[in-house]
Amino acid sequence: MSDRVADIYGVRTPHARGTVWPARVDQYLDPGVTEDAVDRWVQSACLLCSNGCGMDIAVHDGRMVGARGRPGDTVNHGRLGPKGLYGSTRWAHAPDRLTVPLVREGGRLVETDWETAMARIVTTSRALLEEKGPLSHGFYTSGQLFLEEYYTLALIGKAGLGTPHMDGNTRLCTATSAAAFKESFGADGQPGSYTDIEHCDAVFLYGHNMPETQTVLWTRILDRTRGAEPPRVVCVDPRRTLVALEAERTGGVHLAPRVGTNMALMNGLTRELFAHDWVDHEWVAAHTVGVDELRDVVAPYTPEHVADVCGVDPSDLRAAARIFGESQAVLSTVLQGFYQSHQATAASVAVHNLHLLRGMLGRPGAGVLQMNGQPTAQNNRECGADGDLPGFRNWDNPRHVQQLADAWDVDVMTIPHWAPPTHAMQIFSYAETGSIGLLWISATNPAVSMPESARIRRVLGGDQCFVIVQDLFLTETAELADVVLPAAGWGEKTGCFTNVNRTVHLSERAVDPPGDARSDLDIFLMYADAMGFTNRSGQPLIGWRTPEEAFEAWASVTEGRPVDYTGLSYDKLRGPSGIPWPVNAEHPDGTDRLYADGVFPTDTDYCETFGHDLLTGGAVTEQEHRAKNPAGRAFLKGAPYTPAHEQPSEQYPLLYTTGRTVYQFHTRTKTGRSRDLNAAAPDAWVEISVADAEARDIVEGDWVRVESPRGRIEVRARVGNVMEGAVFAPFHYGHWEPDEAQGGGHSDTGRRLANELTMTVWDPVSKQPTFKTAACQVIRLRDGDGPAPAPTTTASAPVTEPPPGRRPRPTAGGGPTISTVLESTPTYRLDPSQDGEGSCRT
Amino acid sequence: MPHLTTYIGLADRSEQTLASSLRAVAEGHAHIADVFHTCRTLAEWSDANHEALAPVVERYGEAHDVDEPERLQAAGLAETRGGEIGLLRDLQDLHVLATLVQTTWTVIAQGAQGLRDRELLSITEQANNQTSRQLTWLNTRMKAAAPQALIVAP
Ligand code: SF4
Repeated sequence: MSDRVADIYGVRTPHARGTVWPARVDQYLDPGVTEDAVDRWVQSACLLCSNGCGMDIAVHDGRMVGARGRPGDTVNHGRLGPKGLYGSTRWAHAPDRLTVPLVREGGRLVETDWETAMARIVTTSRALLEEKGPLSHGFYTSGQLFLEEYYTLALIGKAGLGTPHMDGNTRLCTATSAAAFKESFGADGQPGSYTDIEHCDAVFLYGHNMPETQTVLWTRILDRTRGAEPPRVVCVDPRRTLVALEAERTGGVHLAPRVGTNMALMNGLTRELFAHDWVDHEWVAAHTVGVDELRDVVAPYTPEHVADVCGVDPSDLRAAARIFGESQAVLSTVLQGFYQSHQATAASVAVHNLHLLRGMLGRPGAGVLQMNGQPTAQNNRECGADGDLPGFRNWDNPRHVQQLADAWDVDVMTIPHWAPPTHAMQIFSYAETGSIGLLWISATNPAVSMPESARIRRVLGGDQCFVIVQDLFLTETAELADVVLPAAGWGEKTGCFTNVNRTVHLSERAVDPPGDARSDLDIFLMYADAMGFTNRSGQPLIGWRTPEEAFEAWASVTEGRPVDYTGLSYDKLRGPSGIPWPVNAEHPDGTDRLYADGVFPTDTDYCETFGHDLLTGGAVTEQEHRAKNPAGRAFLKGAPYTPAHEQPSEQYPLLYTTGRTVYQFHTRTKTGRSRDLNAAAPDAWVEISVADAEARDIVEGDWVRVESPRGRIEVRARVGNVMEGAVFAPFHYGHWEPDEAQGGGHSDTGRRLANELTMTVWDPVSKQPTFKTAACQVIRLRDGDGPAPAPTTTASAPVTEPPPGRRPRPTAGGGPTISTVLESTPTYRLDPSQDGEGSCRT
Repeated sequence: MPHLTTYIGLADRSEQTLASSLRAVAEGHAHIADVFHTCRTLAEWSDANHEALAPVVERYGEAHDVDEPERLQAAGLAETRGGEIGLLRDLQDLHVLATLVQTTWTVIAQGAQGLRDRELLSITEQANNQTSRQLTWLNTRMKAAAPQALIVAP
């Protein structure tokens, strides 16, 4: 029986390099529910981060009462982390679930029925179409819907209405991952696989606090670093995270660049590869373009110069580069520390460059994992609800647009493809002026998660734009809407989603949704029906009613594209494991890693984009792309470092970054309703370095005000593991608060929203907002009456011994879970440690 | 080489005009984050081109008094417009200015070839490159802004 709040990663199963990761099955059941009482276990996968752990849902008496890892699943080999165990099902029967639609009457939201709510939407929608046309409509979705829902909405938006204004909160979490793939390899698609962990001899984590964001993946790494022939770990992070400690333990390096200087660091590492000739010249000549330009761009970034810019020790930079240069198989992972920072795409592309220079892609152990933030972010990118065209098609390639027009039987002119899709920040700007007059938000809470919250609240709350919100709860965003639609959640509906390493899972309906709540798919279909969208043959545009039919329609439009689902079906997904795409006649069991043959989807007629200028975002034209004749070779693209948009000043001398804690997900809609999780990180805090705290007379637990040119928060201080000059705030906490029994009831709920301080500024290529670089000041307000409400188990641990009365108790208190290490490890079809076919030649 | 010096003068002045116009557009549309930041970056590129030319100006001199090419001078954007359509027009004006800059560099490059002046040639190549990137961004941004501005902007 283990408390997985205290013991986040559970028992170790160390194993040697090149051997299969043992299986361990983790299980949690609600208090009072015994295993015998479980009526059935329903197949699914966890929806609380991008890792995509295979999971069965326990059902008792028509309620979801617990979760168990699937031992045969290639992603997690049976394991689950604290969020998956404690957070998966509790929200579903929370008393404040939305169960009926709401409409705004005289300034208040009042209960109504579906017909009334939908009639209001359709009347507004029709009137706007009549008056202004399709550009008056915008859709803002999520990283938490199912593939079938994204694809259906993509069709409604692109072929029913014809609006380019579609994006998801995936823009905030994962857009840079997609953009970086497109720039380097020609199309989206994760090159590497989690099985690379078993085979690498070095692992680099760039701005990726994996122990908090994907705990099960970190468990997989720990089982290597604690086993025979462990890999060395290199950590790039301004905080001294658990990754940094593991780097120190394994003889790796912790590089802590100043906030906003990632690009200088990456250029320094790249230059070292050239300087020491850690370059596979033959491979580079055969499989890449642009090496000479890249060498020129990075030439000025000597270790000493980089040390100046980044505040790292030049010998650490050299040591890290040497590990990269001399290892046989390097795995790199990248996340928000790069994606939500200045020069996001350029820095993420630089990670690809390192791998390309050494020919380290496409074989077990040598891989790149550009991570995603949310569990279904990948599907938003694939299906085109984020504005991209479905199937990784190129909006700038008329033949690709024609393929969709044919598949959908619509006029090609209907499908907006005249310019890049409108990104989230732009959608909100259009909504701000009323140029977008109808904004439909599904399964996301921008009032908390978007930068410069005060502005977002104004946009959503104003009269200039009609706002529809479709969600599980009356979130901070839903409170501002004109119409609120109650949605069924995970476990209450069926559909598929795809994790970071392309693994597709089917998640079956386990229970009925509460009250009149409906699945997002049904809601979108209801709108499409009411609007009467038809194709050129006069048939309904959306030719499906069920998730399975939607899946089949989706699979058929992926034919011939990198993201090939044609070999997948619901039946096939009912097997022991999720299956990574491409799955087709050639690869009926799926594909563990891409680009084994060094052929990339860069051909001008095949690629998803012609690329961009990494500094400005200016688009490369088809002719320019053709002139480079990439023909299956990857692009090496460099960019000089440029200073961040907002530099510290006398008034705002510190640099503000936002981030996550292991116990909460997104804006806490689900995790905040699990007492076990919420009590572990119940309220907001801010982390400040010892030196900056001393200079301000701040001790652990004191109330402080953090302010930037845009806003302020008042929270308690943790004197913690951040670099001097940096400040860290978790972004999960809006004004919604569970009741006291759930560990809620705090007094600072109106003054703790981390995004009040962030800026409206975004990366020029991926358009991902920069949450990690704003200038701020921290001012001591008054004594606290205890420690800061931050966990002690993670990077948020206090760094010095706090004074008496301010010492936090070790974080604990999760309900009992069972963890069983299996004696014989199941067979994972593609696993190279078990002689699986491992990789694919595309 | 009276006409080469005229063109060098033209490049010098038009890069400065472009830089100040980019800055004016950045300030005028400061609430549009990408326009604000990118225009300021592009202005720095024009500054750099202008500075790179300094040693050449020193060598050849810079003429202001030859009749014919004077007509090519474009005034900068002193004032910007408001709203989505205003942004579009401002970007278009910048594009016109940048095109003038680019053709000027092209003409000078031809002269540098004729003179076998390697220093000047490499300056023009670098500058021409940067101007192309400026034009590319302006084009990309106009394409993105146009539909909304033309059809639905209030
Ligand atoms: S690692 Fe992510 S997907 Fe796996 S159980 Fe934890 S939250 Fe769920």
